[in-house]
Formats: sequence, structure tokens, C-alpha cells
Amino acid sequence: MDGVAVGSLYALIALGYTMVYGILQFINFAHSDVFVLGAWISYTLAVGLGYAAADAEPSVLAAVGILLAAMAACGAAGFTIERLAYRPLRRAPRLNVLITAIGVSLLLQNVGQLKWSFGTQPQRMPSVLADRVLGSVAGVQVHLVDLIGAGTALALMLVLDRLIFHTRLGRAMRAVSHDTTVAALMGINVDAVISFTFVLGSSLAAAAGFLYAMKYPGLNQPAHATWVLLGLKAFVAAVIGGIGNVRGAMLGGILIGFIELFGAAYLSPHLRDIYVFSILILVLLVRPSGILGRAVAEKV
Amino acid sequence: MIKGLAPLAAGLALAVAMQLSAGPIIGPFAVKLLMDIGINVILAVSLNIVNGFTGQFSIGHAGFMAVGGYVAGCFTYYGSYLIWGAPRVQAGWLSGGDLLFVGGCLAGAAVAGAAGFVVGLPSLRLRGDYLAIVTLGFGEILRVMLQRTGDVVTSAEEVRAASWPTLATSLGGSLGFSGLPYYTDLFWVYVFVAVTLLVALRLKFSSLGRAFLSIRENEIAAEAVGVNTTRLKVRAFVLAAAFAGIAGGLFAHEVGTSLNPRELGFQKSFDIVIMVVLGGMGSVSGAVLAAIVLTLLPEALRGFSEFRMPIYALALILMMILRPQGILGLREVWELPWLRRRRS
Repeated sequence: MDGVAVGSLYALIALGYTMVYGILQFINFAHSDVFVLGAWISYTLAVGLGYAAADAEPSVLAAVGILLAAMAACGAAGFTIERLAYRPLRRAPRLNVLITAIGVSLLLQNVGQLKWSFGTQPQRMPSVLADRVLGSVAGVQVHLVDLIGAGTALALMLVLDRLIFHTRLGRAMRAVSHDTTVAALMGINVDAVISFTFVLGSSLAAAAGFLYAMKYPGLNQPAHATWVLLGLKAFVAAVIGGIGNVRGAMLGGILIGFIELFGAAYLSPHLRDIYVFSILILVLLVRPSGILGRAVAEKV
Repeated sequence: MIKGLAPLAAGLALAVAMQLSAGPIIGPFAVKLLMDIGINVILAVSLNIVNGFTGQFSIGHAGFMAVGGYVAGCFTYYGSYLIWGAPRVQAGWLSGGDLLFVGGCLAGAAVAGAAGFVVGLPSLRLRGDYLAIVTLGFGEILRVMLQRTGDVVTSAEEVRAASWPTLATSLGGSLGFSGLPYYTDLFWVYVFVAVTLLVALRLKFSSLGRAFLSIRENEIAAEAVGVNTTRLKVRAFVLAAAFAGIAGGLFAHEVGTSLNPRELGFQKSFDIVIMVVLGGMGSVSGAVLAAIVLTLLPEALRGFSEFRMPIYALALILMMILRPQGILGLREVWELPWLRRRRS
């Protein structure tokens, strides 16, 4: 059950990586920090709403409110990042964009650590929803938090899937990702589509941040290595599923969640980070375009 | 100006002169700063071979440094126990201890180079940014593995009794490898700086260096004119990793540093990347200048240490937007237009 819950979180984050990669062909290193931002905004809101007190009543409405607020805030952050840092580099070599992305990532981490933002101490996320064991299926305990997390993640992914494959905007996104120049010639506002992609990816990351904070309440400070590692694993999920492929990212995320947790449970819990990266290297060696990806011949 | 053995001899002479004169004149703190600068110069110049010359993006340079440092540390620490019965510095210049230390550094370089081959081969076969991810992942895996190693063995009898694999995995875990003898001095740092600079400069103006640069400018075109891009990228990467290994060995045996998995993590890698990017992608002297400035800057900004990282990050972003090729670009200091004009 943990595998499904964690895997669907990885999938949510991986979606942001894969959408940006599909359109702009670069790894948005700052994506994992937007996820962290989402988690910390959820924490700030939850504390602000008074859930830090021991006798606070869990409420579904507040949880949904916090989720939506975090998604909106991170969507705005994603829009700003794209507008200020990435758009001026639209025609620059990819290495420069990549370095900029790392710069943005470090900026977010370290600004998040300043005294007047989230500080350098780990905090405990107050529980906004009551957790209880709902029962067990085939010897596996089902926690309410896991169920809600996985359910929300899956619902968001379904919405995204419909958005991309069944709406005009989604068609525009796919067109831009296929060929930016031709898409622009066909009258698609490429800049707007790219902005929208960032907003979408960032708000999904924020949702993942909130759900993660619900599941693992011990929040580390923004620049802590665990966050970087989480983001990396989500990226690995995107690569395994086939980078640039939305459904591949979902599949890859859940796969990574299972590999990590089963490896930790049955082999050795200390080496859980190593399984994921071994899988990455294996995939890069055997099938570089990922499970669902297609090998694309490079145009000259 | 960089042909033959003359520059190497000059570097050696400079290193000897620094070793003999610097200590008494400028005091131990300045000596320590000079050693830090030298080590950072080695790191920045070697990373420049990958990031600057071939245009591949590695962000795990500190990982190779850690490999080199731990291998060299293991070598001198346990080697000293086996030979002299205690990990103390053997006095005297070019004494047995010095030779053991340099041998350890070279062994560290070899292992780091081998690690570079293993890490580089799968990711450099592909185009794009996979190297960045794989090197980052390599650094994290290495950190986890080093943290799981056992405590350092601290008595001669136990070291003699222990088997080789036990010694090789007794690296101090997350507390770090403590008790290493302080062999690093100005002489050895600057000998290796001279070698690194010489290799990098000779490389840049050789046909191999031109091939590296062609990969950076346009990989497809380079392949079309017969450059074996994968092989050359791997070669550059292994070379850089080996130099990082030497820097790690020097770092491990320096006074006032602690060799632990956390110290040589992502943050350190990033410090090196920013040196290369600020100095100029592909400029050896630019990397040297940036290494000097960025080693001294934190000392000058001690009061604002909280804002150091945000400022670095912001500087990096602005740099990429305003002057993406770095301060010097591909040029060396002596190739600057205003210097040229004055000379003629």
C-alpha cells in the first residue's frame, strides 16, 4: 500500500519533469524545489489555521482548502520562474538553461532557509486529516492517509490525462512539444502554452508536496538532501517511463515507488536509494528512451 | 609558451620556493588559504575539461574528489600503521611518509578515474542531460555508501590483524575519516596544480582539445567530420575525475579539513561548477581566477554567510542570462583584446 501511495506521489512530481522536458528539452532542476515549496506552504497554512494545537479537529474542508491554496501558490511560483529565468534563454544553448535551472533550484532552497521564510529547522506537519487503519486487504494494512493520497494523486492524473488528450489546450501542448516552430506557424501562442505547462506542472508538484507532508509529517528544512533525492527519484521515474511521455511518467512513478519499498522491505532498507539509481543506469543502457518512449532520430 | 619541460620545471621551482619561504613569512592561516586555493584550482580546472571543453554537464565532481580522498586516506592511514606502527607524519622532506602520501594520491586518482569510467560510459553514450542526473545520483549513492562504512581502526595490532577488505571498509562512516596525518603542504599542492594546469593548457591547444571543443559546439557536426564523440567524452570525463581524485587526496591530508561524506556532497560539487561557469566555459585561466576569487570571497563575507548561497545562485542565473559564456568565455587571460593591443 505504501508502494502505491509513494509511487503516485513520485508520479505526480515526474509529470512536471516530463511535461517541461517534452516541450523545452531540459531538466527543470527547480521542479523538486517547487515540490518542497508546496510542502512548506501547506505546513505554514496548517499552522496558521491552528492545526498545530493538540485538540484541533481534523477537517476535510480545511485539507482541500490547503491543497488548493498550495497548488495556486506554486502555480504562480512556476509561472514566475519560467517568465524571469527561463524565457530569456529560450534560444540559448541547452547547457545554459540547465545551469540556470540549477541556479533557480539553489535560489529556492536557500531563500527557503532564510530566517524570515521557513528557517533552517525541520518542523512537524500538523495532521489536518485524521489517520486510521481502515482494515487490511490480504494481510496489508490500509491507512486512510495512504488511500486519500493515492486517490487524490490518481484523480489529478486522470484530470491531467483528459486535459492533455481531450481538450484544445492539450492539443496545443502536444503540438508545441512535437515541433515548436510548426506549432507557432499554426497560430499557437507558444509562450502562453509553455507558461501554462509550468503552472500545471508546479501545481501538481504542490499537490504532491501537500500529500507528502500528510504522509510523512517530519518536514526537513528546504535545502536538506532528502528533498533533492526525492526530486531525483521522481526524475528517474520520468526517464524510466520515457521522458516527454505523460502516461510513461505515471507508470514510471508507481514502478519506482514499488521498487524502492519492496527493495527496502525484502533486501536491505539502507540501500533503498541505490536500487532506484541502479534501475536508472540499467534503463539508460538497455532502453535509453524509456519503457513507453519512442526513439527519435535527431534532426540536423 | 607551454611546450617542453620548461613550464613544469618553473612550476616545480615555484612550489619549492613557496614551501620554503611562505610558511614563516605569511603565517599558518594564509598558508592554509593558499592550499585551499590550490586544491580548488585543481578542481575547477579539471571540471573545466568536462564542462568547458566538451560541453557536457557533470555535477558530481565532489563525488570523485571523495573517492580520491578516501582511497588516499586509506592508503596513508593504514599504510602508516603497517609500516611505522602509528599514523604520524614522518618528518623530513621527501621522506617515506611523503612518498606514501603521493602514492596514495595517485592511487586515489586511479580509482577516481575508474569510477569516472563506470559512471560516464552509460550516460555519455547518450546525448542530452543524462550525465547531470547520473553524476548527481552517483554523488548521493556514494554518500550513502560511505556513511555505512565501519569505524576507523585505531591501533597497530588491530590493523595488522584485520584483512584488506575490512580495512578498506573501515572509513569512519558518517562521522568521517579522522586521524589522517597532515601530509599536504604547499609544495605538493602546487606541484599538482602545475601538472593540472599544464595538462589542461596543452590539451586545449592540441588536436584532441580541438576535438573536445567541436563536441561542445555541435555534437552532430563533430560526429559527421569523424570525431568519435562517445570515446572522447568518456576520455575527458575520466581525466577530470582522476584530477578530482588527486584534489581529494590533498584535501584529505590538509590541516583543518574533515574528510566526511557530508563535506564532499552536492554543495561542494556546485561550488566547483560555479567556479567554472563564472570563470568562463573552456578558459583555463578563467577557472583559475574564479577559483582564487571564490575561495577568498567567503573569508571576506564572513558576516553575511547566511546570504552566501542565495547570492551565488542569483549570480549564476544572472550570469547565464547576461553573459552565458562566463567572464572570460573561451579565451585565456593573455588572449584578452586589451592586453593584445598594448603588446603590439
